[in-house]
Amino acid sequence: MSAQATSTNRFLQIFSGPFGALLALLYAVGVTYVLTLDPRSLLGRLLLFSALALIYFIPQRPAVKFLLGAMLVLMVVPAIGLRNPFLLEIGFQVAVFATLALGLNVVVGFAGLLDLGYIAFFAVGAYLWAFFGSQQIWHVDEPPGTFTVYATFPFAAWWFWLFIPLGILAAAGMGIILGFPVLRLRGDYLAIVTLGFGEVIRVLANNLDKPINLTNGPQGITPIQRPPLPEFLTSPELLATLSRWAGRPINANDVYGFFFYFLGLLILGFTIIIARRLDRSKLGRSWTAIREDDVAAVAMGVPLRRTKLTAFAIGAAFSGAMGVLYAANRTFVSPETFSLTASISILVMVILGGLGSIPGVVMGAAVVTLLNIDILQSLSLQLSSLRQGPDLIPLLGIPWKELPTQLDPARYQRFFFGLLLILMMIFRPEGMVPAERARLELHEEEGEAIPDAELEGDLAPDEKLAD
Amino acid sequence: MHLRRVNPFKEILRPLGQLLIFIAGSAVVISAITLLLAVLLRPTRIDIDILQTTLVLLPQVLIDGITLGFMYAIIAMGYTMVYGVLEFINFAHGEFVMFGAFAGVELLIWLNAQGMLKTAELGLALVWITLAVLLGMVVAGSLAVTTERLAYRPLRGAPRLVPLIAAIGVSFLLQDTMRFLQSAINGDFYRTFPEFGPFAQRLTLFTVDMNGRPIDVAIQYKAIMLIAFGVVMLVALNYLVNATRLGKAIRSVAQDQKTAALMGIDVNRIIALTFLIGGALGGAAGVLWAFRFTRVDPYMGFIPGLKAFTAAVLGGIGSIVGAMLGGMVLGLLESFSAAYFSIFSRGAFGAEYKDIFAFGILILVLIFRPQGLLGGKTTQKA
Amino acid sequence: MRMRTVSLALLLILAMVVSACAPAPEPSAPAPAATEAPAADAAATEPPAEEPAAGEAAPAASGTVIKVATQSPLSGPQSVLGTAIKNGAQLALEQNSAKLQEMGFTVELAPFDDQATPDTGVANAKQIVGDPAVLCLVGHLNSGVAIPSSEEYHNAQLAMVSPANTNPLITTRGYPEVNRIVGRDDVQGVVGAEFANTEMGVKSVYILHDKTAYGQGIAEFFRQKAEELGMNVLGFEGTEEQANFDSVLTPILAANPDLVYFGGIYSQGGLILKQMREKGITAQFLGPDGLDSSEMANLAGDYVKDMYFTTTAGPLSLFPKAKQFIADYEARFGEQVQPYAAEGFDAMNICLNGIAAAVEANGGALPSRAQVAAAVRATADYDGITGMKTFNEIGDLTVAQYFVKQVKSSDPAEWGAAEVVKVLDIPAPASN
Repeated sequence: MSAQATSTNRFLQIFSGPFGALLALLYAVGVTYVLTLDPRSLLGRLLLFSALALIYFIPQRPAVKFLLGAMLVLMVVPAIGLRNPFLLEIGFQVAVFATLALGLNVVVGFAGLLDLGYIAFFAVGAYLWAFFGSQQIWHVDEPPGTFTVYATFPFAAWWFWLFIPLGILAAAGMGIILGFPVLRLRGDYLAIVTLGFGEVIRVLANNLDKPINLTNGPQGITPIQRPPLPEFLTSPELLATLSRWAGRPINANDVYGFFFYFLGLLILGFTIIIARRLDRSKLGRSWTAIREDDVAAVAMGVPLRRTKLTAFAIGAAFSGAMGVLYAANRTFVSPETFSLTASISILVMVILGGLGSIPGVVMGAAVVTLLNIDILQSLSLQLSSLRQGPDLIPLLGIPWKELPTQLDPARYQRFFFGLLLILMMIFRPEGMVPAERARLELHEEEGEAIPDAELEGDLAPDEKLAD
Repeated sequence: MHLRRVNPFKEILRPLGQLLIFIAGSAVVISAITLLLAVLLRPTRIDIDILQTTLVLLPQVLIDGITLGFMYAIIAMGYTMVYGVLEFINFAHGEFVMFGAFAGVELLIWLNAQGMLKTAELGLALVWITLAVLLGMVVAGSLAVTTERLAYRPLRGAPRLVPLIAAIGVSFLLQDTMRFLQSAINGDFYRTFPEFGPFAQRLTLFTVDMNGRPIDVAIQYKAIMLIAFGVVMLVALNYLVNATRLGKAIRSVAQDQKTAALMGIDVNRIIALTFLIGGALGGAAGVLWAFRFTRVDPYMGFIPGLKAFTAAVLGGIGSIVGAMLGGMVLGLLESFSAAYFSIFSRGAFGAEYKDIFAFGILILVLIFRPQGLLGGKTTQKA
Repeated sequence: MRMRTVSLALLLILAMVVSACAPAPEPSAPAPAATEAPAADAAATEPPAEEPAAGEAAPAASGTVIKVATQSPLSGPQSVLGTAIKNGAQLALEQNSAKLQEMGFTVELAPFDDQATPDTGVANAKQIVGDPAVLCLVGHLNSGVAIPSSEEYHNAQLAMVSPANTNPLITTRGYPEVNRIVGRDDVQGVVGAEFANTEMGVKSVYILHDKTAYGQGIAEFFRQKAEELGMNVLGFEGTEEQANFDSVLTPILAANPDLVYFGGIYSQGGLILKQMREKGITAQFLGPDGLDSSEMANLAGDYVKDMYFTTTAGPLSLFPKAKQFIADYEARFGEQVQPYAAEGFDAMNICLNGIAAAVEANGGALPSRAQVAAAVRATADYDGITGMKTFNEIGDLTVAQYFVKQVKSSDPAEWGAAEVVKVLDIPAPASN
């Protein structure tokens, strides 16, 4: 072990023992304080994220970490979210994309089957509820965009709860349908076929507005129902109390923000538990076996066909459930959401976090989502704000005003992601929080000590904290 | 080192012959299927005569499909060259195409601003377009070599997913780099191919009669040029790989890098050269694409790149003739499905389903021949 | 262990970079307590108590900050139009915020990039809604983004003025905050079909569209009306292709229509027109306002001559103010005026006027969002560069002017001189 590694230990060692737990708690409280001062500051959000990451890494017992993380995720975020609903939206999107990334991780990370069309399963779930949870059933014989919105729906809103398992089934079914023809394919061939499959689903969503109008084509389906809220959540007294706390009027629609945040977390939590169980199960070891060498795996008695198909089905199932939730949250579904770029950005999350590593994938999803909807946007906004002021650029002495708008960071999102991917692949292909096996494999020459690995195994914290 | 004596004429004539067979073969097969369908579906429509419409459109659809097939084939060869040597899908190939297109178009826009295009007769116009193609090849080729050196070489020997993902990263990076360059220099980030010379005119091959109305079956000079460039490049590449010392070196590196290195071949140089050739082909394709379809923007390379990739896999990735065949099949299939699907289904389905046909045939071929149509020699490795 | 260092270091660096950036704009954004209270209730009594907090940080004279947000695609392939909206709005804000400044407010632009995707649009909407300084929003370009995002605006009572969304659903939901200053697909498609039938004397038509919510929407309404008027619709075909239209155009050769109608944007429209002429299709060409760009002439060259398009944007000769706008725009941003820039300009002015009216009604104090939304909805006879604007009860223009124009010159610089062949004043369809 290098000296550097020891020093890291020392840094993290500060957080060991009861004193360390207190220190971490203090940090979390400090972050909370910063957020209460200004619920809308980007700095506060980044500190919050760093606190969650820190809690994941510190050497504490899982229960302590879980408690600290739960405090932040379940109490601080909703409390600040009262004043700034954007925080809840970030939380929701992180939950959605983390679940998708975990699903893709089963296929790519565990079983080693590169899937470039993964977003298709998300689309299946989303369109399933979009079709049955909206008035689309009544419009199947009308061309898109020409019909009116009624006040009633063919299915009552509570059907939503039934459609979550149905979404899981439908997506898993699609996974198997895709899985069958590609059973014999490997590597690059698999990549192109799955990519094609993803495109086929999107093209179908975009074009099945005739002869039967199933998807309403590019217009998308809207309005889609949300599940009914329990009455006590929308009682005037509660809303009034919340409004007083928030310092702004809170209505039933705001309550949905909390509802979807918690529901998203719940599904993510389930997904994490299932993914962890799978990773350590017999099935998980079969996946690893076919990933490493499928000829040898077959020789050892691993049923290749069934193992691959379950990988596709289970991976797809996760995103099917999220698709249903997503459709209800947005009340609107259109094919634009399910582009190839979306598939690739989920892959980016998986790779960035660490292929095969559950906490890594969750963290990867969080980082990419934050970059995407928050950090780059906020930087652009601050630039734009500077540009409207009279100040000079430090060092250069040119007024901000004259900085061309062509340089806005938000415009070069692909640039940043591209650069990130290349640099990660060159310097850290195993991801931010690598899976044990990948780290050992990719850094064989560095010969990291085994006890270290075991230590990490012991400390395997609850990944829920890393989101 | 023993060098097999090759007959240069044979190496030129053979791919030409193969090309002719591929074009004729796939055209006949797909036309026959279409006509059969037309005969079968004829009774379903009374407003128009499907068979007559099909026959009238057939020559034009064939010409369009073959032209498109050549575009795909040229791009697909770039994929296949790199894959053949490194067994690595260069996802950023479409962006080399885009950079080449911009280079060529910028040159022509500059020439146009100097007033040198307006007056160009056929001969001079040919010179200019050739210059633009060459510039596109140089720019895209050098970009490919640079990319290989900076992004891919450090990853050689890593697990297969690693370079593939880096290539996706390169693709994104290059798109926005071009966007940045263009918007910093021009304000906008798309360019238009300047119209010059007599290329927009059409050569009427023959006229068919439809209910007393004559319909010209014509081919644009642009399409003829495109096909000519395509044939030259296919033959040249085939010659280079199969009949020269350099080609032998490339093939030996493709076979086994370690052994090739032991035989005194500079493997890094050969791989760089492969990227240079692949990139240059992409750049040429880009300029020709702009020539045919007018508009270039930083995101233009992605979809053609994807299609060409499909074509390469369809034909058997790693095989040059396979790329030609795959490109041709894909071009024809797209052209036919887009033109006829709507007519055959009474407008219930439309041209948009052509991608489904393209990927559908890919899946079908891969189920029954996982190595692609002509990919017999290279086995796929996980 | 090493990766932990790296990950943590990355995070910390990120945090530091941002914290280094953060203080700079802080002075202009007042402490949240100062502005949140007035947003909650319009009582003018609370702010003074909190004011010093903001006063300390901000330069004394600048006063309370009001933000107007824009949302449009600033990155990706559609950013040409999205940037035009943002630039137009920015120009309006720079030119016309003096009135609010006299009242003691600093007006700022907050441009958001919706990337033309609903996800980003909604996330931005939440961020915009969460910032109490934002009192009005100009956006979006895509109806597919505008529909889900406006749910958030509606929920927060934030006024939205759309410079580009023509989908009927934008306003037919009846939200009091959501307005648009452009016509509707269901009118424009109909205008096109009627013009084709009566003025052009067209008997048969082949309809193409770009498979976007906008293009297909208009094309559907065109088809409905065309069939109703007894025209023979020979084909109805969508394509997502960006460059190669060979295979969708070839069947038109056999169908031999009198007219080709394309529902979509100029970037494809120009190429379709060019490629169809090069194929020898001589049918007339008509399209909606998505084709209204000098880029059409760049792409299609001589072939644009005599093509028609319907639009809600008036020509220079009818709107003298537009000339000044074009000059200012080109001087300010160093690029040609693109479609929707003028609409962005007008939408921002309506926002600013609405805010000013709400301030006046509120006795000079910062108004609530609901008050601004009501003031924006009450906009009447606003004399913009794209015509007179009055909102009806659902936020549509009471009378939208539709023009049918014919292109006379293939020179992109003379695009604006396209001849108006017909002007129609059409009242907004009844809300349904």
